[in-house]
Order: sequence, then C-alpha cells, then structure tokens
Amino acid sequence: MTMGKNSALSGETLGEEEEISLDQLCQACAQQTEIVVAMVEEGILKPLAADATHWRFTATSIRRVRTAVRLQRDLEINLAGAALALQLMDRIERLRTKLRRLERRDHPGF
Amino acid sequence: MEFRDYYEVLGVDRDATENDIRKAYRKLARKYHPDVSDESDAEEKFKKVGEAYEVLKDPEKRTAYNQLGESWKTGQDFQPPPGWDAGFEFSGADFSRANEAGFSDFFENLFGRHYQGGERAGPAGFRGRGEDHHAKILVDVEDSYVGASRSISLRVPELTQDGHLTARERTLNVRIPKGIRPGQSIRLGGQGGAGIGGGESGDLYLEVEFKPHRLYEIDAADIHMRLPVAPWEAALGATVKVPTPSGTVELKVPANSRNGSKLRLKGRGLPGKIPGDFYVDLQVALPPANNKKAKDFYAEMARELEFDPRANLGGV
Repeated sequence: MTMGKNSALSGETLGEEEEISLDQLCQACAQQTEIVVAMVEEGILKPLAADATHWRFTATSIRRVRTAVRLQRDLEINLAGAALALQLMDRIERLRTKLRRLERRDHPGF
Repeated sequence: MEFRDYYEVLGVDRDATENDIRKAYRKLARKYHPDVSDESDAEEKFKKVGEAYEVLKDPEKRTAYNQLGESWKTGQDFQPPPGWDAGFEFSGADFSRANEAGFSDFFENLFGRHYQGGERAGPAGFRGRGEDHHAKILVDVEDSYVGASRSISLRVPELTQDGHLTARERTLNVRIPKGIRPGQSIRLGGQGGAGIGGGESGDLYLEVEFKPHRLYEIDAADIHMRLPVAPWEAALGATVKVPTPSGTVELKVPANSRNGSKLRLKGRGLPGKIPGDFYVDLQVALPPANNKKAKDFYAEMARELEFDPRANLGGV
C-alpha cells in the first residue's frame, strides 16, 4: 500500500464508553500493578464494577493514572497529595467551564 | 550552544545546600507544572526548572557542572572545554529517557553522552516490545461532528548509535474519529517506539484537547451557546436561526422567554452512541436608545407599560 496523502492513520478511541482491564491499564501507563491498585485505594481511580477480582476501568483512566504519576514525580509529593491535587483540578475544571459560560453573557461573541 | 546557569534558573546561590535546592525546585515546580499551572508558557519554564534540578540535585553532576566555573552567563555561546568531566563518574540511572529528551542541547552535551544505550542493545537474541508514546492533539469542535484528518508533528526521542539522545521530528496524518470528545485519547497501534530485536512496536496515544471556540462551550458531550434575542422575540415568541456545528437550524423561541432561559436541542451536541445535547442560552439584547425615534419609543413604553423591575426588592 502506498502512503499517499489520503491514507490517514486510523486509531482506536479511548473514552468513557470503552472499558479496559487492570492489566491493560498498567501496560498503557507503564506502571506496576501495585501502583495502580494503590491509586484505586486512594480514591484517584474508580473501577467500573464492584467485582474486585476482575477490575474494569474506563479508558480515560489511562490519562488519570499518567497525571497522578507525573504529579508525584515532578512535584515530589506522595499519593495522598496527588489525589488531593487531582480532586481540586477536577473541581477547577468544572468551575472553569461554568465560568466561561457565564462570562460569555457579559462579553457577547457576536 | 548556549550556556545555562542552573543556579539562576532555580534562584539559588552557588553554595546552596541540597535542601535549599530541593525547596526552590518544589516551589517552582508547583508554579510551572503544566498540569497545575495557569502560566501561558508553563511547559517551557517547567522544562528549564526540571533540567536545572536534574543537575543540581545530583552531587556528581553538580560538582562536574561547578567545574565549568562561575564566569559563564545564561545565553552565552558555550563549548565544553576538552576533558571537562575527566575524573567524574556518572551513575545517572535515576531518571527516565523520556524526561531527558526535553532537555537542552547544553544538558545533552554535558551529560547526555554518558548513557550508552545499554538497555536498547540488550543481550543477543533478546526481543522486547517498544515503548508506548504519548502526545497531545488539539482538535476543533467541528472535527468531532464530521470526523477529520489532522497532520501532527511529534518530537520523538531517539538514541543514536553512540548513545546520544536526540529528538527526531515526525509527521503523522491521523484520522480524528467522528464523535471524539475532550478527555478521550486515540490509540494508534504500533506507532510508538520501535521494538528491540524484532519485537513489536509500542503504541502511540494521542490525548485529545479541544481548541477554544468563538461561539461554543463544550461540557463533556454537551455544547452550550449564548444566543442574543431582541426583547420582542423573547416576549412574543419567534423562530430564529441558530448556527450549530452540524448546520444552521431554526429554533422556536417560546413567548414570554426570559433572559437566561435555556432551550435544549436534543442530540445536537457531540455525536456518539449517546449523542450530547446542544443548549441555547437566551440573552435578551436591548436596542440602544441612540436616536430620537428609539428614545421616544422607550419613553412610550415607560408610560404605557406597568413594569417595575425592582418589585422584588421590598419596596425601595
């Protein structure tokens, strides 16, 4: 097959609707199982089903694990610190979305 | 190659203790870390801080760096003196290649060459899967409605034969699937790092972010838009045109709508198995009283309409 301009690479979407196993999550984040299990225990991640023997996660967990790892490594904080940072980051994101919407009322985009 | 004053970057004296250096780094890392920072060029600044810390926190690297002398200034053209590092030994197994790839030429020249690529070469006959790579990709709201192709440039860290780490520019043409949402990723199988000894290549993960849009705010799968309406459109009801990413639609504004009323266009948000909704936030725009006709008209409303906007303030 020739690689012409039209042959764009197609990938697989990893979103809230896609499920991955604990092994897949660990592999995608290049982390050991214990690290990811500790994140679940800390409340950073929530497995989809309550069945503890076969944890499933949404595919967006990959980004979350990676962010938690980055925060711990770069800011030299422990897991609890990373969990708190993520929780606050989530809240900021929600408030930002709300704020941007409200600001548009005062500053019309037209 | 430009000299980098790592002490200046961290804002510490040359005789700072390890503890001073750690404290200075942590403070700057919290300020500039791309995950938590509001600064516009956070990523660039964080890289500089991380590079400085990588050298100054490590007694071996710091001692070697100090040998260069105090007379160098940031940005000065610099070549390491021959044999500058004679007598130093770098253990340096404590940080990842992925990190190092973002560091400056200056760092690379001083410390990069000591990594002889051991793990890559591996014992004969060893096969291993390549590393997964991760990158961010910015897409437009419209891309999610119809799907699109995006050309993206990636800087891929690569180890040269003599163990230098370099960054190679790589361009990929990637299909953005219809229905993509912020926070999702796209996995491209086999587009990550090359495998070892004929092993399978790693995957490339593209983390999807949306570009800010002039009209739309995206909230998960839903889209919000503010729509200006005239007072009479809100009061009497009207059919108005609304530009949605999937095309212009006619929207019925019910009579007696208020400022801030929300109207929902079901299923007109981002597409997907369960498509999002499109919310229209009505904003009543007042006609300006900038001529006699308009002024007379407002005066007539004041006379004719029994309207007290402050009726709920308790009789002020």
